[in-house]
Amino acid sequence: MKKSLLLLLLGVFAALQPARAGDITGTITLKGTPPAERELTPIKDDPNCSAMYPGALPTTHFYVVSSGGGLADVIVSLKGISGKSTGASAAPVVLDQKGCLYVPQILAIQTGQKVIVKNSDPCVHNVHTKPAANTEANQVQMPGGADLTFTFDQPEPFLKFQCDVHPWMFAWVSVFDHPYFAVSDKDGKFTIKNVPPGKYTLEAAHRKLGTQTAEIEVKDDGAAQSFAFEVK
Amino acid sequence: MNNKYHPALFWFAVLNVVATTLLIGLGGLVTSHEAGMSVPDWPTTYGYNMFLFPVDKWVGGIFYEHSHRLLASLVGLLTTVLAVWLWLKDPRKWLHWLGIAAFLLVIAQGVLGGLRVRWQMDWLGVPHGAVAQTFLVLTCAIALFTSRWWQNSETEKQIPVPRGLRRHVLYVTLLIFVQLVIAATMRHQHAGLAITDFPLAYGKIWPATTPEAIASYNAHRPPGTIGNPITALQVNLQMIHRLVAYAILLGVAAAAMLARKKLGGGDWLTRFAFFWLGLLALQIILGAATIWSNKAADVATGHVMAGALALLAGSLWWLVAARRTRLAE
Repeated sequence: MKKSLLLLLLGVFAALQPARAGDITGTITLKGTPPAERELTPIKDDPNCSAMYPGALPTTHFYVVSSGGGLADVIVSLKGISGKSTGASAAPVVLDQKGCLYVPQILAIQTGQKVIVKNSDPCVHNVHTKPAANTEANQVQMPGGADLTFTFDQPEPFLKFQCDVHPWMFAWVSVFDHPYFAVSDKDGKFTIKNVPPGKYTLEAAHRKLGTQTAEIEVKDDGAAQSFAFEVK
Repeated sequence: MNNKYHPALFWFAVLNVVATTLLIGLGGLVTSHEAGMSVPDWPTTYGYNMFLFPVDKWVGGIFYEHSHRLLASLVGLLTTVLAVWLWLKDPRKWLHWLGIAAFLLVIAQGVLGGLRVRWQMDWLGVPHGAVAQTFLVLTCAIALFTSRWWQNSETEKQIPVPRGLRRHVLYVTLLIFVQLVIAATMRHQHAGLAITDFPLAYGKIWPATTPEAIASYNAHRPPGTIGNPITALQVNLQMIHRLVAYAILLGVAAAAMLARKKLGGGDWLTRFAFFWLGLLALQIILGAATIWSNKAADVATGHVMAGALALLAGSLWWLVAARRTRLAE
């Protein structure tokens, strides 16, 4: 009886111990003035789309920079890790078509994780994936039509989603076979959660500015690493 | 054999040529606007019967792709009627089979286009482009064979065309066909412009294609360039396209000079050879303008159509020259 109670107490104690994992945090900044964004004038070709922009037309969003120099839409990930995907049980991510644009434009997911594509527009879209390592797909989505679901088996960076009806519409989805990645927010900040302690190569990838890497060591209390991109 | 000229049949064949030429232009607009996959289903259009697809949904890329499909259907119908008409009305057996060949080719072309969409295979766009050019030559040849001029010329005195000149034109025409296949390959790479300057290429006679150079080209592509990052293969392909273009221009210039020397400046074939040379000069200007305009859709489409007409001009020249020689001998 005493032995059983002791084992039970040990089990409870072990379960209450925090997992040995830390967060990697940091900020991505951009030095220099990025090229001017381009106005999406072809939007005028579809009255359904242009009607949603009675004022100025939207522009490209290649370089999303905060007033403090923080750079958004940078995908930060651990390199050299494979076979650790928890995508099948991860919550789906949503990619919406809104105002004849993809929202968000940059995403990161795991292999096997669902991407739910919505059409919030009053017009037809075709959702066309242009992968390098995965299987290409091209599906119709009518206004008010059912959501489409995509999954990808192979990791690959910046897998392109495009709408051929509206040739200015693009989204890029990086696929990893592990959960250790994040996309920098509007202030350039990112957090990669629950990384087991150890030494890693951390990569920051921007679709236009390329990639940077840093060697880091994650301890029980995590690690901090920032990147500074420069416009050349 | 005593042929009888059927004006209605001839003009119907001409109508088919006009529709086919427009269809090639519309196909050029589809690729220039990167709209080939804007209608993901086939033979339906967004689930609708193709012919009942609501006009209010003909927007953006759908407009080009759906119009292309409808015009292709019309060309298919015209070609079917033409094949049946030839079979029933024209006494020439070989022309019956040429009509059947056109019918089979237009069916194959439609299926190729459909499979390109259904199977999502970019490379199928290359044979689709090549068959389009071949089909245009075939329909134009049928129109020529049904013309009053072709049938009446059997009784007229003919001046033979030297074999060397005919061979030269045939080889140049075949080179134009090869050039059109290269061009179709370039268009279906969806990489925009692999080289963004002309007459030099990235400031050089032959650009570097090292990984570092390609990375630099991609990093400094003009703002607004749509398409995938370029590769060394695409840069080399465009350089080959340029070299072959110069070779064709020289070949056609030589053909015009040879025709003037052998047939005389007043001969119809000499004048047509100089027209062909003018067409080639225009084609090179359109090619340059395609680059200078960052592949503006209308300019790039003009380049496609002028290429098709250059192939057609060489083919017709050769056909007429071969016939003249046969009748003279």
